Amino acid sequence: MHAVEKILARASNEKRVEAGEIVNAKVDVAMVHDRAGPRVSDSFEKIGAERVWNPDKVVVTFDHNVPPPTVENAEAQNRFRSFLNRYGLKNVYPGGTGICHQVLPEKGFAWPGAVIVGTDSHTVTYGAFGAFATGIGHTEMASVLALGEIWLRVPRAVRIEVAGRLPLGVMAKDVVLRLAKDVGEEGALYNVIDFVGPTIRGMSVDGRMVFCNMSVEMGAKAGFVEADRKTLDYVQTRTGKTFAPVKTDPEYDYEREWRLGVGKLEPQVALPHSVANVKPVSEVGDVRVDQALIGTCTGGRLEDLRAAARVLKGRRVSPDTRLVVVPASLEVYLQALEEGLVETLLHSGAIVCPPGCGPCTGGHMGVLASGEVCVSAANRNFRGRMGSLDSFLYLASPATVAASAVEGRIADPRKYI
Amino acid sequence: MADKVEGKAWKFGDNVNTDLIYPGHLLKSFLPAPEMAKHAMEGADPRFAREVKPNDIVVGGRNFGCGSSREEAVASLKAAGVGAVVAESFGRIFFRNAVNVGLPVLECKGISSRVNSGDLLEVDVAGGEVRNLTTGGVLRTIPLPPFMLQILDKGGLIPYTKDRLAEKKA
Repeated sequence: MHAVEKILARASNEKRVEAGEIVNAKVDVAMVHDRAGPRVSDSFEKIGAERVWNPDKVVVTFDHNVPPPTVENAEAQNRFRSFLNRYGLKNVYPGGTGICHQVLPEKGFAWPGAVIVGTDSHTVTYGAFGAFATGIGHTEMASVLALGEIWLRVPRAVRIEVAGRLPLGVMAKDVVLRLAKDVGEEGALYNVIDFVGPTIRGMSVDGRMVFCNMSVEMGAKAGFVEADRKTLDYVQTRTGKTFAPVKTDPEYDYEREWRLGVGKLEPQVALPHSVANVKPVSEVGDVRVDQALIGTCTGGRLEDLRAAARVLKGRRVSPDTRLVVVPASLEVYLQALEEGLVETLLHSGAIVCPPGCGPCTGGHMGVLASGEVCVSAANRNFRGRMGSLDSFLYLASPATVAASAVEGRIADPRKYI
Repeated sequence: MADKVEGKAWKFGDNVNTDLIYPGHLLKSFLPAPEMAKHAMEGADPRFAREVKPNDIVVGGRNFGCGSSREEAVASLKAAGVGAVVAESFGRIFFRNAVNVGLPVLECKGISSRVNSGDLLEVDVAGGEVRNLTTGGVLRTIPLPPFMLQILDKGGLIPYTKDRLAEKKA
């Protein structure tokens, strides 16, 4: 069996399950954020359940619109907060704590073998800890809060093997963008993507989260990295508990495999309006940059801020460009302060925003006008996602975004490192 | 069982994501359904919300509804009166969300090449069949599993979960 099959078998009280089978799985962690919360609470009230099945297993983050950008949003957040109080939900992380996909691992809510569902498509991020994690809508979350379980079709696994040592200036993000090109936006539809190989093994937990985060951009239901020493150490520090990795049987038959050697990989850029429309930075041409964004659940972690600060140290952001930096969490922000990274970024001319999702979904803090171009360390460059339907989003690593902010043009970061 | 739906086709391409179906900048406003309806498919076809008629059918290519988990994408289509969504394949969260709000969905290989915008279609979700009443063509596909049809029949996941809670208590 694949590790995810074993996880779903355990969660549904079965000895074995097979790809394609539909199971009723018990949920270990249910994550709700402020973007969906008010809708979840409305649906929950309509169901009419007397209580939330297990308040200890529910985690709530305020990350999408913090602090509230409009009156109607502030009202909705208050409605949601009363709901949380009414049903005794205690694992609540207020605005400023950070993005759900960074906060859950930090607070010990992601571990090997867990079944995690969240009201966000990038819930797949927790696969980096050897968990099965996937996104659901708000009505489904209301049902999970009432019942504590969810029906799931057991996914078939595909395998992506990454080998080779990353060249200087090339980051996890470059690799995953290149994979998005190779696999395509729907290449892993309904599958779980197993990320394997020496490059993944050699990577930090931060890097692995970038891979699993973007598995959904290839259509996947979940991303997965088998837990190893690094995972177990991270998880033990965060949960105070010891876990055993859930491992795939050696004879498991993958539906499909991709291999990528990264020893000579160039920084990669996804062009508008598709995550799979990827070119090496040298082939992108002359692209003016109005806004550069470093942040989000795929590009706002400590390693990302370190890479950006390395490029920006002693340099100035182009006067024609605004650089928006959003640390993924308060913990990341505080550590970046301690390391002097925030000071470097501020001196370069960056606008540093409070931890959260920032402008990634077009809500606030850097919304784009028509004709504007943004190069972003986020995970989606869908048309109109960050504002005007006539704006243009390019995706790149935090290092490439930082170099582009300096030049006011999409630029290769390697000359600054 | 879920009734057949007859309506005019609105055809879209591959990888139509949820940002195109319902704009992200509106999510923070938590609009009520009739307001959401005015923005359905805004990024893909600005005429859609103005001209869509009750029971019209959205025909998608591959990976329709990929991207964000925002249920507003399916809710806006339902509120706009869409009778069913048929596509070559779906982004999985969109697919689940559609069933959960009681919007009939059907995966049907070959639909893109057999339907033009404006064709009159009859979609039988329970039977797994799409009839193009304009061309006379018939496409067969695998119907939804019975429990998903049951959720659709009940009008979505809220009434379904209500029943399950009652069963658990009994």
